[in-house]
Amino acid sequence: MSFQGLLIVLKPENLRALLMGLGVTLKMAVTVIILSFVFGTLLAIIRFSGDRHPDRAVARWSGRLAFTYIELIRNLPMLLLMLAVYLIGRMPALRAAIIGMTVFTTAIMAEIVRGGLNSVDKGQWEAAVSQGFSYRQILQLIVLPQALRSMIPPIVSQFITVVKDTAFAWGLGVFELTGSGSLIYTKYANPMETLLVIALIYFVVSYLMSRVAFRLERRLAVGSY
Amino acid sequence: MFSIENWLALLQDWRVFASGLEQTLIASVLGLLLAVVLGVVMGVFAAAPVGPLRLISRIYVEFFRNTPLVTQLFFYYHGLPRVGFTLPVMAVGVLGLGVYTGAFIAEIVRAGIQSVRRGQLEAAYSQGFTYLQAMRHIILPQTVRVVLPPLTNQFVNLIKNSSALSLIAGYDLMYQADSWSSYNLLYAVTYVTVAVLYLSLTLPLAWLTRRLEERFHRQWGGMSA
Repeated sequence: MSFQGLLIVLKPENLRALLMGLGVTLKMAVTVIILSFVFGTLLAIIRFSGDRHPDRAVARWSGRLAFTYIELIRNLPMLLLMLAVYLIGRMPALRAAIIGMTVFTTAIMAEIVRGGLNSVDKGQWEAAVSQGFSYRQILQLIVLPQALRSMIPPIVSQFITVVKDTAFAWGLGVFELTGSGSLIYTKYANPMETLLVIALIYFVVSYLMSRVAFRLERRLAVGSY
Repeated sequence: MFSIENWLALLQDWRVFASGLEQTLIASVLGLLLAVVLGVVMGVFAAAPVGPLRLISRIYVEFFRNTPLVTQLFFYYHGLPRVGFTLPVMAVGVLGLGVYTGAFIAEIVRAGIQSVRRGQLEAAYSQGFTYLQAMRHIILPQTVRVVLPPLTNQFVNLIKNSSALSLIAGYDLMYQADSWSSYNLLYAVTYVTVAVLYLSLTLPLAWLTRRLEERFHRQWGGMSA
């Protein structure tokens, strides 16, 4: 641990490599969060509809299928899913990492969305039914928009988790932030200094995001009941 | 992909996977012990009436929660030997998993302490208890039922996160799966098997978490003491 070691990390070419790694990390995280939100919402609606219409065989069985996916996938290590996609699917590391992370995060997101759907007051459903809305219209026009409000804080905190978890992609050889740093410290033999700088970068990103989440939580809480 | 020969080849080397499972279990259990100790101490610090202790707890929680586990493990594995601390890889794993998870447990314990009514502490003071005595005999025992469900959930996370040890050649289950499957070029059967092994650890705990949550809500209706 030395000052010189720290200065090496801060040399323009190394700093540029780290920032490019951060770029990859953020791009991966944003892609994963967006894809998982879409798939997770679909999965959550399927599971929710299964709970709501147990009398309909199709709804019941697709609901159970969604439940099984969620429970199995979220209890597996994400790295396992990423490696499985990479090795069995034989595709470029970055794509495999994004797909593996999306498969995992979809299960988490489905639970967040389902929590949001459940948080909408029962009276909203009754009022909508009394006005002649169909099931699909109620979900689309009334329940989902209101559910979104309570979903935003947990989605932001899930985004922070995903940013951190992109470091697992280094296991597949993706040059995200931690991977870019590994290259620097194997070249200059300054692991402590490099890893401290990397940790600091992650920290700043996550800390800023968690402040955002905290603010959103407070803002969104106003006017809710 | 899933032919009988492939399964037989895997079955023949079952010891490789058994030893991986053993390492994963050891690292997870010891990691959890360290995490609980750190989490309780830092959680109590966070609720302490002493400013510097609260600050120490804040820094610990924010720093370790907001940086990736992989980066932290690399720090202990590649960084510490540079300053004369060369730890065996299992110790790196326990340290990494314990310190990382401890930060999450500290938040759980803090929330648990704050869920106990303030009057309890005042009553304890009026009976001549010191702060530590009140914590030990009055407050902490009451937090157990609030803390237990999220704690078992953290254990599930810890087991999943132990797969990060494979990135530092930790001889854990993920590492053995990775090396055995790339040596034998049998990815599909390996990853399915290892997924089942991980689920055999995490699913019972996830189920226990749900049971504890349900019991808690039934008994207390989600209210604090």
